[in-house]
Amino acid sequence: MGIDLLPTLLRGAGITIQLTLASAALALVVALIAGLGRLSPWKPIRILAGTYVEVFRGTSVLVQLFWFYFALPLFGIRLDAFAAGVLALGLNVGAYGAETVRGSILSVPRGQIEAGIALNFSAAQRMRRIVLPQAFVMMLPPFGNNLIELLKATALVSLITIPEMTFEGYSLQMTTGRTNEIFLWLLLLYFAVAYPLTLGVRAIERRVSAFLRA
Amino acid sequence: MFDWITFTWDMEFALEILPQLLRAAWITLQATVVGFAIAVVVGLVLALARRGPRIVSWPVTFLIEFIRSTPLLVQLYVLYFILPLYGVSLSAFVTGVIGLGLHYGAYLSEVYRAGIEHVDKGQWEAAIALNFDRRRTWTNIVLPQALPPMLPMFGNYFIVMFKETPLLSAITVVELLQTAKIIGSRTFNYVEPYTLVGLIFLALSYPAALVVNRLEARFARQRQ
Repeated sequence: MGIDLLPTLLRGAGITIQLTLASAALALVVALIAGLGRLSPWKPIRILAGTYVEVFRGTSVLVQLFWFYFALPLFGIRLDAFAAGVLALGLNVGAYGAETVRGSILSVPRGQIEAGIALNFSAAQRMRRIVLPQAFVMMLPPFGNNLIELLKATALVSLITIPEMTFEGYSLQMTTGRTNEIFLWLLLLYFAVAYPLTLGVRAIERRVSAFLRA
Repeated sequence: MFDWITFTWDMEFALEILPQLLRAAWITLQATVVGFAIAVVVGLVLALARRGPRIVSWPVTFLIEFIRSTPLLVQLYVLYFILPLYGVSLSAFVTGVIGLGLHYGAYLSEVYRAGIEHVDKGQWEAAIALNFDRRRTWTNIVLPQALPPMLPMFGNYFIVMFKETPLLSAITVVELLQTAKIIGSRTFNYVEPYTLVGLIFLALSYPAALVVNRLEARFARQRQ
């Protein structure tokens, strides 16, 4: 059924995966910076990071996407569709990730930090060598879930004309009218990528909770 | 290159389009409320079906995983383009609301599942000891204890769904984002409409998130 549609859809799938990876990289960096920023001893940095997180979590990712693509050029900043897509998706997921980073850092037992102080570690050393390695383990499952959400969110950038998988499917539907086959393939292809990720995240979750119990 | 310096926020224009955007926000809210009502029912049905015999639970589990693993936008396209081929022609708004309801129903079924599993085993045994039938066990014992702790999660998903409603613009529902798009293409001013849409979402979802946080804190205290 409709094997001839696959090459076009798979070309789109390549772009979907590129978008996912590029946005995930941006989100990871932003999440670490903003998550640490929210725990900063300096109030202006806390406020800045907090505002970023609340604005990007409080509005729709689609609205952010449109804003970056349509409104930003009027400030003289012109982004191509791919850059606007990566920026909007990365900053959106980064805001959710920042909360994960903050939560994980706060959940490291107080005794660990006290032990660091007792051993005369500096604040930076304590963060880098004691707190972050332990917090990082706890961040993994939520980060995995964010990655799956991100993969699904890349479908939205079809609306700003990036030819990823959903866009290719939609155009094929318009030109060939073979609605049933196209959308079935589209659903199956997303499922084929997302579901193994879900299983992977669950496996990591089990290992992390076993690690935390130990 | 420095044309951003000449850019100014046109307050008069912003105020002029605000009433139109607020009317569209009302459509967005309606879609959220109706969609969520569907999701609450669908979620419960899926959660209960998942506890049934394997012949029911297995396909239902697959359905939940499938819905959760594919993008809502594609699901909306499927409903919007495929239903009419089978003689079901619904308005874009109804199609969109059903799509939201099914998608978030799959997510809420997981919340129900966690809530039901959270009810102590002794409660079930007590129901058997008191000779309650299945229906009364559920309505009088299990659900009243399972539901309240779920409320914060329900609140979270309500807010998430509210923020997903702009997707309905892709299937021609004239909600908030679509209205901004129409204003933008008519006046060639995109900054004010899209910025206002962002602010309206923020103004509605941020206070709602604070309420949910307070609910969460209350249930966390009760558990201690």
